[in-house]
Amino acid sequence: MVMTDPNEEGRFGEFGGRFVPETLIPACEELEIAFRDAWADPAFVSEFHRILTDYGGRPSPLTECYRLSEQLGVRILLKREDLNHTGSHKINNVIGQALLARRMGKSRLVAETGAGQHGVATATAAALLDMDCKVYMGQVDVERQELNVFRMHLLGSEVEAVSSGSQTLKDAVNEALRDWVATVENTHYCLGSVMGPHPYPWMVRTFHHVIGDEAHEQCLKLMNSVPDVVVACVGGGSNAAGIFSGFADTDARLIGVEPAGGAAVGRGVPGVVHGMNSYLMQDEVGQVQEAESISAGLDYPGVGPEHAYLSSIGRAEYPAVTDQEVIEAFQLLSKTEGIIPALESAHALAWVVREAATLQDQVVLLNLSGRGDKDVDQMMDVLGTESSQ
Amino acid sequence: MNLNSDVGRMESFLRGRRDDGAKLLVVYITGGYEGWEAAVETAAAAGADAIEIGIPFSDPVMDGPVIQEASHAALEAGATPASVLAAVPNLDTGVPHAIMTYYNLAHHPGHERFAATLANSAIDAAILPDLPLVESGPWRQAATDAGVETIMLAAPTTPDDRLPELCAASRGFVYAVGLLGVTGERSALASTATEIAKRCKSVTDKPVLTGVGIGSPEQAVEASVVADGVIIGSAVVRRLLDGSGADGVGELVASYRAALDAG
Repeated sequence: MVMTDPNEEGRFGEFGGRFVPETLIPACEELEIAFRDAWADPAFVSEFHRILTDYGGRPSPLTECYRLSEQLGVRILLKREDLNHTGSHKINNVIGQALLARRMGKSRLVAETGAGQHGVATATAAALLDMDCKVYMGQVDVERQELNVFRMHLLGSEVEAVSSGSQTLKDAVNEALRDWVATVENTHYCLGSVMGPHPYPWMVRTFHHVIGDEAHEQCLKLMNSVPDVVVACVGGGSNAAGIFSGFADTDARLIGVEPAGGAAVGRGVPGVVHGMNSYLMQDEVGQVQEAESISAGLDYPGVGPEHAYLSSIGRAEYPAVTDQEVIEAFQLLSKTEGIIPALESAHALAWVVREAATLQDQVVLLNLSGRGDKDVDQMMDVLGTESSQ
Repeated sequence: MNLNSDVGRMESFLRGRRDDGAKLLVVYITGGYEGWEAAVETAAAAGADAIEIGIPFSDPVMDGPVIQEASHAALEAGATPASVLAAVPNLDTGVPHAIMTYYNLAHHPGHERFAATLANSAIDAAILPDLPLVESGPWRQAATDAGVETIMLAAPTTPDDRLPELCAASRGFVYAVGLLGVTGERSALASTATEIAKRCKSVTDKPVLTGVGIGSPEQAVEASVVADGVIIGSAVVRRLLDGSGADGVGELVASYRAALDAG
């Protein structure tokens, strides 16, 4: 298997590890033991799947895009994670972690969020399981994702705007880590992507494995074969890890699409931040650079260590697309299929559109990780009157 | 540098002071922040037993608001590891120097190169708070080879069965993290401060200094009943941030020195 368990030190090849202050090491170890124990317990796994089904809306459908396929000359299938409760794939991971936190006797969740999707999902799980919740969000993101901030408040969570550093996702992670260092005894850090110290990258991917498993089965049912290409957007890389894990052992090409302004795999070099050794955008001395993209959820200068590994062994490719290409893809899917994608997910489509000439007659499975409702406000500013024509 | 043993200049200096009956005082100052060089010299003159120089990093996860603000300002002013380190050999302190920074700044240039740079910059020891014992082996080896002591942090959450290994791996001194949390002054000394120092002292005879959360000379004295001394950082850096300058730092350090000497 390509996407297998990390080694004892939490490494995928040379990437991963557990680079956190000594204070948090016992918590990471406790979490790893609790996760292994829970995942081997049929009662836990069955409750996880029951909630994802009865509450989250799984399985998410596989949608064939007839009009778009005809226009591009590429057969496009969408894995509809946008139809999950809370509007993105994030719910899979937070239900898993919140159940685990409860099992570990922790009464409080902290989380970081970029676009707000993970924050909303965590706040939702906290409401469902009656836990306290505090979400850290960069000041810049608080301003551009006002609606999600309000949603989190409605769900009973506290939202703290982070005004340090670049005031985006990486700084929200820093602040969540600082909180956890101080509150580790009663608090679980509900990390939102396949990043951070071991066991998070592996655990979060495992909770999202359901995306790949379902999609694999749905593809076999639809066409009795796997797609030629599986494509997903990558910030930290959780939705990509989820869908890749269902196809890593097939012949399908795996494509993780990064924003041009946050291309950790494309432009980064190995570095250590946020608990992991992975590709990281940094300057000539090792200061972490600020990512910059139109989508708050991908504004992250690093990437999950398993993606760094998949890139290093040549199993997955990580091209980048520009904001302009993303804006066009966002409109294209809306107009041809009646589906408004999250700006994050529009990155994956932007790559398909750009590469359409080389993908003629191939089958492309695209993970539509989230819906675009949260981005409509921002896109009104970007598109102005053009969108109303 | 004593080449015939693994006891470096930091540890032998602090052991010497402890043997003389002193309680130890290590003072942290953010390198690259306006006026930091004068502040380092003043702190040493006012009675610091060692100076810890922060090399600002973009993502300081172990630091509270005061040191974050100073680090950010230093970076904005153009501070780099090279610019901070280049200034150290010219500082007139008469005491050992440690750097405190985050692991990526050692990882990026490579362990050997970074360790050599430290050794050539009048730096005796290094503190990397996001490099825990379990990940620290390769760096510690490179540092030891270059004659740089790596100071390890022992946390209140560190289990008893790991503490002996952690203290044995530490060079220079053992940094006992006084509380669950990031750097910054607190209104009272946490009960965890005495507890972790006591646990460290029971497994090592290396100097054990308590840091994180020391907010007043009285707390320093209280912490030093068990510990061999304290590390103060945010209280010092706040004097720089509020414009008190090197003189303000000198007065503050002198007040801690006097309190510790009076016991």
